[in-house]
Amino acid sequence: MGTKRKSAIKRPKKARTSGVRLLVGTRKGAFVLTSDGKRKQWEVTGPHFAGWEIYHLKGSPADPDRIYASQTSGWFGQKIQRSNDGGKTWENVGDKFVYEGTPGTHMWYDGTQHPWEFKRIWHLEPSLNDPDAVYAGAEDAALFQTNDGGKTWQELPGLRSAKGHLWQPGAGGMGLHTIVLDPGNPKRIFIAISAAGVFRTDDAGKSWKPVNTGLKSPYQLPDPDAEVGHCVHRIAMHPSRPGVLFMQKHWDVMRTDNSGESWSEVSGNLPTDFGFPIEVHAHEPETIYVVPIKSDSEHFPPDGKLRVYRSRTGGNEWEALTKGLPQRDCYVNVLRDAMTADSLDPCGVYFGTTGGQVYGSANAGNSWVPIVRDLPAVLSVEAQTLA
Amino acid sequence: MIRVELPAHLRTLAQVAGEVQLQVGNPVTLGSVLDALEASYPVLRGSVRDHVTLRRRPFVRFFACEQDISLEPADYPLPDPVATGAEPLLIIGALAGG
Repeated sequence: MGTKRKSAIKRPKKARTSGVRLLVGTRKGAFVLTSDGKRKQWEVTGPHFAGWEIYHLKGSPADPDRIYASQTSGWFGQKIQRSNDGGKTWENVGDKFVYEGTPGTHMWYDGTQHPWEFKRIWHLEPSLNDPDAVYAGAEDAALFQTNDGGKTWQELPGLRSAKGHLWQPGAGGMGLHTIVLDPGNPKRIFIAISAAGVFRTDDAGKSWKPVNTGLKSPYQLPDPDAEVGHCVHRIAMHPSRPGVLFMQKHWDVMRTDNSGESWSEVSGNLPTDFGFPIEVHAHEPETIYVVPIKSDSEHFPPDGKLRVYRSRTGGNEWEALTKGLPQRDCYVNVLRDAMTADSLDPCGVYFGTTGGQVYGSANAGNSWVPIVRDLPAVLSVEAQTLA
Repeated sequence: MIRVELPAHLRTLAQVAGEVQLQVGNPVTLGSVLDALEASYPVLRGSVRDHVTLRRRPFVRFFACEQDISLEPADYPLPDPVATGAEPLLIIGALAGG
């Protein structure tokens, strides 16, 4: 499925000993971008599933050629696609997402209770060690899992028992958009929901608790310190320190050093602390990246300058990374799942924009180049480091 | 044979070009044609009707002989031209506007 073309830059002559594959989900299909370890020359394939929204694709850490994709449409519903050959060919697997038991209700915009209704899968998170096991984050917010490669999906309903009746959708819908697996503790999972907050399980998903202490939302919630209701946009972890999490909230960049028990603000000298993605350097657990966006009402970079900000101190002290990025007349957005890093040395960092560009840096953000410029609006980017 | 014309997104999904043809026993109803469609193309399950309730998805419409039959029940008998294969049943993605 899909067409194949090459970027304008010539393909490397040397045999590939390592490389990077970027899985790009867009409003109108999926694209796969592949390069060798130098990350200068890229091959682009796609669109796969042309015309469909591809919210997210992600490969299995245990088998990089096993990739899962969330294919969705407001007209025709949810599909899950699976590839066993690194994105060359795809097969539709199971897409029956049914809430366990009586779905119940959550808070609606007008303060009334509203029934849970499945709309789409926002995020797929394959198990760290089993290619057939995957978690899926849904709108309306719920967590599903498969243990048979996507053929069947079961909800982990304990999550919605964690004050789910108080959760409320934001303008973009009530989506479970982030799933972070603890590499040292298979029973511990963090998830984040807009607009409910962060939740943690320590028993493999049976029970969950909100872990939002320290978040403050004075312009979104009547009680700025509420236990649930915070519009968390994204959380990220470095696998070497699973107790440390970084967060881009609706406003504020935050961190926790105790697995979410308490959060503190690390926005520091950012020009604005509104934004969507946050990412951690593959080899430096205190080096993090955000893309500041002007405000919740103006979803574009301040002053028309597309700037990634990097902190090498785990927050508070930030530097603008601008080399190779447009510094005038740029009014794109970077969505929450559209930033990623590879694990080569030096670390590669990538992000996609609502204007259809995918930018890459092969030197940890010091300089950037557009890998592709004119895709449909980018919803997600995931990097796979290939052996 | 019953003829069914799918919208572009579902043709892509089912990997078919043009109309699909289905063998459907009598009586030929809206529900029996959709059952046969999903049996022949399982990938379409959940994309025309809800997986569980089998209700039409909100932005999917059914047209037959220039009539909108989207609101008809599953046991609605399709018009003779559709039941005899002279005319197709059209499955439509509702107009998005904009």
